[in-house]
Amino acid sequence: MHQYVGLIVLFPLIGLFINGLFGRKIKNEKLIGSIGSGAVGLSFLVAIGIFVEMLGMPAEERGSVVTLFTWIAAGSFKVSAAYQIDQLSIFMTLVVTGVGFLIHVYSIGYMHGDRGFWRFFTYLNLFIFAMLNLVLADNYLLMFLGWEGVGLCSYLLIGFWYDKKFDGVGITWTGDAGNKAFWVNRIGDFAFMIGMFLIFKEFGSLTFNEVMGGAENLAVGNSNVFWITLLLFIGATGKSAQIPLFIWLPDAMAGPTPVSALIHAATMVTAGVYMVARNSALYALAPDTMMVVAVVGALTAIMAASIGIAQNDIKKVLAYSTVSQLGYMFLALGVGAFTAGIFHVMTHAFFKACLFLGSGSVIHAMHEEQDIRHMGGLKKVMPKTYWTFLISSFAIAGFPPLAGFFSKDEILWKAFADGSGVLWAIGALAALMTAFYMLRMVTLTFEGEPRWAADKHPHESPSSMTIPLIVLAALAVVGGFIGVPAVLGGGNAIHQWLHPVFAQAEKTMALPEHHNHALEYALMAISVAIAISGAWFGYRMFKKDPEADGRISSKLGFIYNLLSNKYYVDEGYDGAIVQPVVKTSDRFLFGFFDVRIIDGIVNGSASLTAWVSRLMRTAQSGVVQNYAALIVVGTLIVLGLIIIG
Amino acid sequence: MIPHVLNVVLFLPLIGMAAVLLARRSDNAARWTGLITSLLTFVVSLELFFSYDAANPAMQFVEKVSWISALNVSYHVGLDGISMLLVVLTTFLTPIVLISSWNSIAKQVPAYVALMLLLETAMIGVFSSLDTFLFYVFWEMILVPMYFIIGIWGGKERIYATVKFFIYTMVGSLLMLIAIIWLGYYASTLPGGEFTTDIIKLFDIAPTIPLDIQSWMFAAFALSFLIKVPAFPLHTWLPDAHVQAPTGGSVILAGVLLKMGTYGLIRFNLQFFPQASLEFASFLSALGVVGIIYGALVSMVQKDVKKLVAYSSVSHMGFILLGIFGVTVEGLQGGLIQMINHGLSTGALFLLVGMIYDRRHTRMIADFGGLARQIPVFSTFFMIVTLSSIGLPGLNGFVGEFLVLLGSFNSPVLDSPWYVIFAATGVVFAAVYMLWMFQRVVFGVSRSEENKKLTDLTTREIGLLLPVILFIVWIGVYPFTFLQKSEPTIQRVVEKLEQVQRGELLSTTVSDQ
Repeated sequence: MHQYVGLIVLFPLIGLFINGLFGRKIKNEKLIGSIGSGAVGLSFLVAIGIFVEMLGMPAEERGSVVTLFTWIAAGSFKVSAAYQIDQLSIFMTLVVTGVGFLIHVYSIGYMHGDRGFWRFFTYLNLFIFAMLNLVLADNYLLMFLGWEGVGLCSYLLIGFWYDKKFDGVGITWTGDAGNKAFWVNRIGDFAFMIGMFLIFKEFGSLTFNEVMGGAENLAVGNSNVFWITLLLFIGATGKSAQIPLFIWLPDAMAGPTPVSALIHAATMVTAGVYMVARNSALYALAPDTMMVVAVVGALTAIMAASIGIAQNDIKKVLAYSTVSQLGYMFLALGVGAFTAGIFHVMTHAFFKACLFLGSGSVIHAMHEEQDIRHMGGLKKVMPKTYWTFLISSFAIAGFPPLAGFFSKDEILWKAFADGSGVLWAIGALAALMTAFYMLRMVTLTFEGEPRWAADKHPHESPSSMTIPLIVLAALAVVGGFIGVPAVLGGGNAIHQWLHPVFAQAEKTMALPEHHNHALEYALMAISVAIAISGAWFGYRMFKKDPEADGRISSKLGFIYNLLSNKYYVDEGYDGAIVQPVVKTSDRFLFGFFDVRIIDGIVNGSASLTAWVSRLMRTAQSGVVQNYAALIVVGTLIVLGLIIIG
Repeated sequence: MIPHVLNVVLFLPLIGMAAVLLARRSDNAARWTGLITSLLTFVVSLELFFSYDAANPAMQFVEKVSWISALNVSYHVGLDGISMLLVVLTTFLTPIVLISSWNSIAKQVPAYVALMLLLETAMIGVFSSLDTFLFYVFWEMILVPMYFIIGIWGGKERIYATVKFFIYTMVGSLLMLIAIIWLGYYASTLPGGEFTTDIIKLFDIAPTIPLDIQSWMFAAFALSFLIKVPAFPLHTWLPDAHVQAPTGGSVILAGVLLKMGTYGLIRFNLQFFPQASLEFASFLSALGVVGIIYGALVSMVQKDVKKLVAYSSVSHMGFILLGIFGVTVEGLQGGLIQMINHGLSTGALFLLVGMIYDRRHTRMIADFGGLARQIPVFSTFFMIVTLSSIGLPGLNGFVGEFLVLLGSFNSPVLDSPWYVIFAATGVVFAAVYMLWMFQRVVFGVSRSEENKKLTDLTTREIGLLLPVILFIVWIGVYPFTFLQKSEPTIQRVVEKLEQVQRGELLSTTVSDQ
């Protein structure tokens, strides 16, 4: 079955060609939507087939590589278009195609009547195609193709409604937000590229298997590996929206909501996590980088969670929540808990996709209103959306036994056990904030009295939208059971499954086994207490007074402003980097150096020649007497020189 | 098999030119004659591509006829893997240019077509010459049609631009002529030697020149080529020439003429003066890197789309320069494929800018906006070409840039990662200047009522863009088709330089003297 891996990638490619070339003519939304969704559905089925086949094999035989053709070769450099199937890549493939399929189906309802309907499904299929290349690639370069490819789709879909305005620092149109996403990601990709060059220099290959094989012979603390892992991680901070490159993701919400769910929550933004996990054997050799990863992850988690508290746009809250949750994943990777990081990728995909799609359902019902201050009381009019949203909120807040509880708790436990108390404390505090802002949002949106204008008539969304919500909410409930830890009597299936992929890294890191069950129970209890109290505060405060924000901001004006303005990071970058570069380029490089200096010299030498020529021309007077006189003078001078000499 | 196929490719356009000038029937007759001739030339040139034997190290399709016997000058042409690809690029772009000018050139059509065909012969001649004198003749011959194309069919400032172009080029080529003569003379001073302009012979003779003189020779050739590339800071003729040239002129200028510079650097500087090349490698690579960043930053602040594309050429050509003087197989292969890429992408960008200019008679970014809604087909093509230009993996631009950067990063000659680290920022800047322009032109809403009247691309326009798009994707997905043709040639070039670096090929004849 694994030899058919190419089909997984091929179906979305076919889908995008059909819709891309003929979508405008097809016009029939049902047909376009079915082609787009069907393509991803078929990929999902093939992935399941391969997964089932792998289940039937002994663990060490589950990995394989399928080579299609040589892609780029020159000198000693060679990379192929080749796909690597192993426990990690098939896991990611299942998440991408599974969640992707649901979001495609949802989009049929959500994008109904949009003039760019066919274009939307073309882009979505292109995205799935690129994302699958990213996770299935057997080498860095093909992964990079997927990596930039998903970035392109992100760009195209953020600016999908290209003639719509969008507000942000230096942003007027949705397309500006798309540009920002592309540019910030390119900065990350720049580091990724340099990382690849260094990998090729160190290992002589860009194939994962060969690089990891070479890594076996290297000692911990190798300086090239330090730079490689650090550069790759900088790449990941772009794609996965971590400090310092997280700034693009909140503005990416300019795109249609299914895009936010699929690309900017469930799949693409987790690519950085996947990439680091894929390179676990290298990261294990670079403890310094691991420390950087853990710290950046923890700081991002708490920074974004704190911003999330003070946002009023339903999608902005979710966007910062995503940044924060991604921070958790990197925290996990940084302390060596690769499985926990990937586990959280999956559970997060379920509940965050559900939340985003739920917010889409709300926005749809509220006629494009996104400000939760102008919502309220939606519980009654859209019960399906409410319940799925609520369940997912509890899941992300970490209520047992929902999916988020298991994955987040494992991260916090590992942060404490293999990291430090400080990392744990930051994570725990961020978890408190998460529970708070989620329930604040739920309460403001669905509870209490309606605060919307009388001309709005919210209604439940069609079943093409609610069914994916229900499926995702169900997954947010049960998804965590594949990772029930041993202390709770679970078998931790995902650990078992992914173990071979991370075996090399675990051997290198040689982390101690932890048998302090009492401590693990205690931390777990604290987690639960945090989730419940944060949620309760969020609910009570805003149930009683939907304008509680106003009271807080009058008391804590400075802090509230700082949070609601996102710590002024965008303004800082704009003033410190963007404006100076643009102004210097315009006024100095172009206006002064190019035009004045270089062309000044060029035109100046031309003028000089012309001036000299004009001077010489006066000698060519045509008066024979003058010529004769000059000849005499000249002869005398020559004679004089001879005599003197 | 076509006998004397290289001669056919070289002179078919000239025959077409004669036909256009002699018949002088109607504008349409001239257009069709030109198109058919150039298409025929392209078809015949495919024979060059397909029967070129990459495994054979010798020059292929060689033709040699004695020309000026007193100076041992001959009409001597032939192709290796590098020049073959550039010849096919030339024959591919010429018919596209003629189709693109179908309606936009309205005055003196036969003259325009004739000059384009003359230009084609001269360009093919530059790439296929195996005689320095012949090379010089073709090199200078380019100036004449280009001078008139800009000067007659150009924009308002066309005279200033075309004179600037002419003089810039002349300054460089005069020094090159002196170097060519000196080389021939040097050959005659060797034991049993005689004056020669034969490039094949000079491949062996020139590297034996003592390093101090070799450096002067190198500089004389390099100046001429660097102006053509154009490398920073010798680039200021380019924006003016591009902005003033008609679309077809710009496409040829960017697509082929600039490559004559980088081609010359490989053919003459690297192959004639390996020792000096190694001496100058760091300097010229640095010049390339400065060009990449400088071109990108200046491009970013342009208000005229065409000028923006022109400055982006400075940036893109910088990559090629870096690839050449990293002196690795990967880098040179990347540089060569980048020459083709730049021909396709920038050529297509100029075509697209021309199409919009034909309709709106403006190229100012501020005049547009919202084109995606108004002319979606145009916008789609524009998007694909833009992505190619910013080096998106899967399209052609990435393959070239990546190989150049990878090669130079590991270059033993440069021996420092910093060239590439700085150069790679160009990849970020490229996304900035191209997508920013794209956003302002294509997305958002229209900033002028005039745009409401815009019509989308015609079948003719789509037809001439499609082949370019085909190769943009082809090279991005399967560059092997092209890389394999040039790899052995490039490998030999690099091997020779590596030998010199190891001190194996040092000027033996000099020590004999």
